Amino acid sequence: MAASTPVLEGTPQSRARSFAYGLKAGDELAYVLTLAAASAVILIVALLVYQLWISSRLPIHKFGFSFLTGRTWDPNAGDFGALPFVFGTCVTSALALIVAVPVGVGAAIFLAELAPPKTSNALTFLIELLAAVPSVIYGLLGIFILVPRIRQYLAPALRDVFGFLPLFQGPFYGVSFLSAGVVLVIMVVPFIISVSREVLMAVPVEQREAALALGATRWESTWDIVIPNASTGIIGSGFLALARALGETMAVTMVIGNTPQITASLFAPGYSIAAVIANEFTEATGDLYLSSLVFLGLVLFGLTILINAFARILILTTQRKGAQS
Amino acid sequence: MTRQVTFRRRFINAFMLSLTGVATLLVVSVLFFILGYLLWHGIGSLSWNFFTKLPKPTGETGGGLANAIVGSAKILALATLIGVPVGFLAGIYLAEYSGRTFAFVVRYITDLLNGVPSIVIGIFAYAIVVKPMKHFSTFAGGCALGIMMIPIAVRTTEQFLRSVPTALREGSMALGANKATAIFTVVIPAAKQGLTSGMMLNLARVAGETAPLLFTALGNMYWSAGWSQPSASLPVMIYQYAISPYEDYHQQAWAAGLVLLALVLSINVTARLIMSRGSSLARR
Amino acid sequence: MSHSLRAFICSIAATLAIGAFSASPVQAQVLINGAGATFPAPIYQKWFSDYRNVNSNVQINYQAIGSGGGIRQISEGTVDFGASDGPMTDEQLKEYQSKQGHSILHFPTVLGAAVPTYNVPGVASNLNFTPEVLAGIFLGKITKWNDQAIQKVNAGAKLPDTEIVVVHRSDGSGTTYCWTDYLSKLSPEWAKQVGRNTSVKWPTGLGAKGNDGVTGLVKQTAGAIGYVELIYAEKNHLPAGAVRNRAGQFVKANLASVSAAAAGAAQNMPDDFRVSITDAPGKEAYPISTFTWLLIPQHFADATKRDNIKRLLKWALTDGQSSVESLQYARLPKQVQAKELQAISKIN
Repeated sequence: MAASTPVLEGTPQSRARSFAYGLKAGDELAYVLTLAAASAVILIVALLVYQLWISSRLPIHKFGFSFLTGRTWDPNAGDFGALPFVFGTCVTSALALIVAVPVGVGAAIFLAELAPPKTSNALTFLIELLAAVPSVIYGLLGIFILVPRIRQYLAPALRDVFGFLPLFQGPFYGVSFLSAGVVLVIMVVPFIISVSREVLMAVPVEQREAALALGATRWESTWDIVIPNASTGIIGSGFLALARALGETMAVTMVIGNTPQITASLFAPGYSIAAVIANEFTEATGDLYLSSLVFLGLVLFGLTILINAFARILILTTQRKGAQS
Repeated sequence: MTRQVTFRRRFINAFMLSLTGVATLLVVSVLFFILGYLLWHGIGSLSWNFFTKLPKPTGETGGGLANAIVGSAKILALATLIGVPVGFLAGIYLAEYSGRTFAFVVRYITDLLNGVPSIVIGIFAYAIVVKPMKHFSTFAGGCALGIMMIPIAVRTTEQFLRSVPTALREGSMALGANKATAIFTVVIPAAKQGLTSGMMLNLARVAGETAPLLFTALGNMYWSAGWSQPSASLPVMIYQYAISPYEDYHQQAWAAGLVLLALVLSINVTARLIMSRGSSLARR
Repeated sequence: MSHSLRAFICSIAATLAIGAFSASPVQAQVLINGAGATFPAPIYQKWFSDYRNVNSNVQINYQAIGSGGGIRQISEGTVDFGASDGPMTDEQLKEYQSKQGHSILHFPTVLGAAVPTYNVPGVASNLNFTPEVLAGIFLGKITKWNDQAIQKVNAGAKLPDTEIVVVHRSDGSGTTYCWTDYLSKLSPEWAKQVGRNTSVKWPTGLGAKGNDGVTGLVKQTAGAIGYVELIYAEKNHLPAGAVRNRAGQFVKANLASVSAAAAGAAQNMPDDFRVSITDAPGKEAYPISTFTWLLIPQHFADATKRDNIKRLLKWALTDGQSSVESLQYARLPKQVQAKELQAISKIN
C-alpha cells in the first residue's frame, strides 16, 4: 500500500496508518470469514443431498415417483413405498408441536416474567440438561413408565371426552402415534423453553414498563407487547423443536409400535421415517433394500423442505394480518 | 361498566398467568421425575471402578466405563471445534452482514440440516470419512456430531445477536469503531448469556446422540489411542447395555446415563463461570 | 471477549492434546476389530476378554451392530472379521469376492434358539404350539386364544376368550431370520406370502425394537405373543412355549435340546458350514434353533493379524466352548467342532 506522502517510521502518523490498515483488513477478514462459514453450511448440505441422491439411484430408477405413494414395505419381495412412514412422521411431529409450543411458551413466560431470577436460572439450567438425556433413555422411560400410564389414564380419558372423533377410536395397545407424540413433546419442550425464555428476557424493560404505565395488566403487557417483540425468536425455537421431532429416531421407535399403516386413529400403532431407517439400516441386506432406506432419508429431507416452507408461509400471512389489524 | 371491564381483565390476567405456572409445573415435574429416576437407578452402580476401569463381560464385577467417558469427552471436544466455529461465524454473517435473500436461503438450509435424522448424518459421515479411511475412528465420530452442531449454533447465534438493540451497534460505530470491531467487541459480549446458553443446549443435544456414533466411532472395549481408532462413547454403551438381557448391564446403563448428564452439567457450569464476567442487557 | 474466548479455546485445545496422547501402556499391541450380530455379543465379549489372559498382546474389539452390518462392514473392509446370525447368501459371497478379491469363510461358534413367549391372562403354565398354530397366529388367521387349534394341543389349559396380539421385531435380526426360516419350511402359505429374511412384511402385529423391546411389550400387553432369544425369556422370567418338532415331540428350548438340534444337522454339514438347522431331526431336538457364525476372510495381507485370528479361532472352538453354557448358549457338537478346526488351515 503506497502512501501518497512519505511517512517516517515510528511516528504517530505511521502507527495510526498501520492501525487503520489493520482495522480495515480486519473488517474484510471478518466479512470473508463469516461469509465462508455461511457458504460452508450450504456446501455441507449440498454434499449431503448429493450423497443421498447417488446412494438412492437404484430405487429411484425402479420406483420413481410411485415410491412416494406406495403403501407397501416388503423387504423380501423387494417392494418399497414411503407413504405410511411419511404419514407417521407428519402425525407425530404435528402432535408434538401442537402440545409442546403452548406448554413451552407458557413455561418460558413464567420463567422469564414471573419467577424470581435465581429460581428461574436454576430451573432453566436443569431444563436444558433434559436435552442431554440420550434418546435411548427417553425410549426406555417411555416404554416402561409412560406407555402404561397413558394406557391406564390418558387414553381412556381421551376416549371418554373426545371419543366421537375418529382420532380417538379403536383399540389401544399402548404403543401408538399418541405415545410417540407424548414422548416427543417431552423431548422438544426444553428447546422451546430455553430459547423462548432468552428472547423474552431480551425484550427491553422499557417496553414492559410502557405497557404497564398505560394501564395494561401483567398478562396483557406480556401477551400484547413482549411476545410480539420476541415472536421471531419464539418461532425460531418452534423450528428447532420441529426439526428435532422430525428426525428423532430411538425414542420414537420404542413407543410407536413400528407398524406401517395409515389410519385416522391416534390410538393405532404407526411408523415414522427416522424410526424405520434406525430399525432396518444395520441389518439391511441387498442393495435395493439399503438404498431404499437411504431414499427414505432423502424423502424426509424433501418433507422437511415442504413443512418448513408451509410453516414460513403460514407465519408470513399471520404476521401480515397482524400488521393490518 | 369500568369495574366490570377491569374485573374481566384481571380475571384473564390471573387465569393466564396461573396457566403458565401450571405449564412450568408440568415441565418441572417431568424433569425431576426423569432426573430422579436416573439418580435412583444409576447411583448404586457408581463406584471408583466405574470411572477408572474398562468394561468387563457380563457376570464379572469390577468393570467400568472409563473408556466411554474419555471417548465421549474427546468426540464432543472435536465436535465443538468443528461445529461451533462454523455455526458461530455463519450466524454472525446472517445477523450482521448478509442481505435478505441470501440470509433466507442460509436460514432455510440450516433448518433443513437440523431436521435430518441423526442416523442419516451418521450414514453421511460414514460415506465421507469412514469409507475413505477404511476404518471407524474417533475423528469420524467428531465429524458427525460436529455437523449436527452447526444448525443450532447458526440459529442461536443469529437469534441472540439480533436481539441486541441496534442502539448498541450504532453507539459503538459512532465512537469510531468499524463494523468488525463493533461486532466483536460490543455486540457479541452483549449477547454473551444467550450465546452461551445456546451453545450449551447444542452440546447437550449432541452429547446424547447414539445413532451417528454407531456408524462412525463404532465402539471399543479398550482404550482408544489417538484419533483414528474406534472409540467407546457413553450413549452407545448405554444403548448396548440397555438392550441386553443382563441386569448388571442395565444397572451400568442407568449409571452411564447419570454420568453423561453430569458431564454435560459440568461443561455447562464451567462455561457459564468463564462467560459470566459482567451481566447481559435487559435484565430487570 | 478475548479473555473468556481464549480460556475456552485453551480448554478445548488441551482436551484435544490429551486425546491425542491417550493410549494404553506401551506394548506391541495387535489391534483387531470385528463387528456383527448382537445375539452372540455377550459370549464374544467374554471370549475376547478371557483370551487376553492367554495372549495379552492381542486386543480384540467386537461391536454388535447387527448381522447385516457385520456382513456389510467386512465386505467394505472396515473391520477385520464379521459375525452373523444368518449365513451369507450366494449373492453376498459374490459381492465380497468382487470387493476384496478373495473369498470369506464361515465358522459356527455357538447355538441359539428362538422361543415363543406369551402373556395369556389366567394361564401360568406352559403352552404347547404346533407349527400350524404358530403359522396361523403369525399370519393373522388364528385370532383368539381359545381357538380350537390351540385348545387341541393344550388339553389341560383354560384358555380365555382374549384377542391374540402378535408382537414381532421391527428391526432386522437373525432371530427373525431363524423364526421365519422355520415358518417358511413348515407352512407353504407363510413361505409364499411372507418368506424368510432378517426383516419381512409381517401380516399382522406390533413391531418392537430388539429382543428387549419384544420382551417388554409382551410383558405389558395382555394376550400378546412374540418370539425372543432363549436367554431373554429366561432372564425376564417369561413363559416359553414348547414346540412340536419333526419327531412329533413337544420340546421346550434349553441348552440340551438346542445342542440336540445341532447334532442332528451335523451329519449333513456342508463344507462351508452354511446350514439351517431349523426343524432338525431327532427326538430331543428343539425345532427353532440356529447357529451363529464368525465371518473370517480367507486371506489376510497382515500376517500378524492372520496368525492371531487363527489362534483365536482355535481357542474359541476348544477352550472357549467351556464357558458358553454359563451364558445360556449351547455348545457346538463335537463333529462340527472337529470339522471347523480342520477348516482353519484354509486361512492364508
